Order: sequence, then C-alpha cells, then structure tokens
Amino acid sequence: MQIDFLYWAECPSHPQAWQRLQDALDALAIEAEIRRVEIATDEAAARWRFPGSPTILIDGQDIDPAAENLPARLTCRLYYRDDGRPSPLPPESMIRRALAAAQAREHLP
Amino acid sequence: MLEIGQKAPDFTLPGVDGATHSLATLLAGHKAVAVIFSCNHCPYVRAWEDRMIAIQRDYGSRGAALVAINANDARRYPDDDFDSMKKRAAEQGFNFPYLRDETQEIARAYGATHTPHVFVLDAGGVLRYQGAIDDSYEDPGSVEFPYLRDTLDAVLAGQAPKIAVTDAVGCTIKWK
Repeated sequence: MQIDFLYWAECPSHPQAWQRLQDALDALAIEAEIRRVEIATDEAAARWRFPGSPTILIDGQDIDPAAENLPARLTCRLYYRDDGRPSPLPPESMIRRALAAAQAREHLP
Repeated sequence: MLEIGQKAPDFTLPGVDGATHSLATLLAGHKAVAVIFSCNHCPYVRAWEDRMIAIQRDYGSRGAALVAINANDARRYPDDDFDSMKKRAAEQGFNFPYLRDETQEIARAYGATHTPHVFVLDAGGVLRYQGAIDDSYEDPGSVEFPYLRDTLDAVLAGQAPKIAVTDAVGCTIKWK
C-alpha cells in the first residue's frame, strides 16, 4: 500500500492529521510506505491536483470520495465529521474506512 | 499588531446587508465589541461559525456586538468575494454584520494574521483580548476555555479578562 500525505505548511492542521493517519494505521495493523509531500506553490498544487491541506491519497485515491470535483489550490481543506460538523481535519473514521478499503483491494484475487 | 490596552483603529466598511458599518457607531451602542477577522473559505471559520452566531445571540442583549470582517484576496480565493459573502451570510443566518475589507488596510492596522482572529474592545475602543474564539475548533463539546465568552463576561462586568492573549488558530489571511 502506498500512501501520499500532502500538506501545505501554512495550514496548521497537518501535524494532527499526520497523527490521525498514524493512529489509524496502528489500529488496523497496516504497514505502509508513506510519502510526505509539501505542496508549496500553485504549480505544485495543480500538478498534484491538491484540493487543500491536508490531503491523503491511498494508492493514488483520495480518502474522501467527495474530493473528485474540488479545484486544486493552496488552502486549508474542508472536511466533514461523521456528525456533519465542518472541520479542517479528516476524521479518523474516514481515514480508517479508506485504509480498510485499500486493504481489501490488495486481497482481491 | 494592536497591543492589549491600545485603542483600536476605527473603520468604515461595507456590509453584506447593503449598509456601511463603522466601529465608532458600534462602540457608541455597545459595552463591548468583538471584531473577528473571518472569511468564507476557511474550514476553521466554518467549524467555529455556529459558535459565533450563538455568542451574538447570547451576548447581544447584554450589550455586546460581534462584527466579522473579511479581508482575504478574492482574486486568488474567489469564495471570499463580496457576492459569495452575501450568500454565505444569508445561508448561515448571520446575526452580526459581515464586512468587506477590500484594501486589507483594516486587517493590517489591527495586525490580524488568521481567520478567525478575534479582537475584543471595551466601550472605549480599547483592546482587551486578542486570539482565538475558544480552545477547540473541532468539537464544541470539548471546549475547556471559551476565551471569547469569558472575555465578554469580564468586559461587560467592567473587568479585565483573565486571559488577554491566545494564539489565533486558523487559516492565514490571504494577502494581495
């Protein structure tokens, strides 16, 4: 499993999001290669199709299925918690669901 | 950066309600004014927005007023243009003025750095608190220190807040 953790340093949510990713990996006992990528320019945001910080890609797929239509730009990213509240952080449940789905894909024949 | 104890710069800015709002007028009618540099696009603002509305609801009748000012560069962040501000205020039912600082002069004069970034002024326009709304942007149920509410309680009682400065947590203001 390949994980890309994309972040913009100007947005302060990335350390906590990084910790949530680590916690989710620990909880699911997944060992994965994680690449941390700092997105610092509009050009890099466009190249990575970066919809905001933080963005977590698992095997190239965004952990949030709703991300497909978001424009690429340097910004803090808006997520929604399971209770519907807006948040600058991806909920751990969303990270876990995406990891579990990727794990299941790996075990397909 | 405006320092605690200093008099805040006046402003006269257009609001999404079609009126022009000045700090002088707000101060004339209230015992405390919370100037909050805010915006449309920032998820930290979104997370705190319902608490801003609740604070205006709870403290408005006690003589305090909130006012939000959006200074972000709308050319790079079109969600923050004036039309989008009008839409956001209507959708969310803002019960406080939402103003546009197109030149960013007011944000610079206050030394605002983030959205949201709160500056609480007493009736004399003197800065009594600057920083965050509270200590838990993500979960209102986890708030231990409701900085803005505590400050308003203190200022309305004619006292100095116990905590005068906190870190403004949020998105950086998008300068031109």
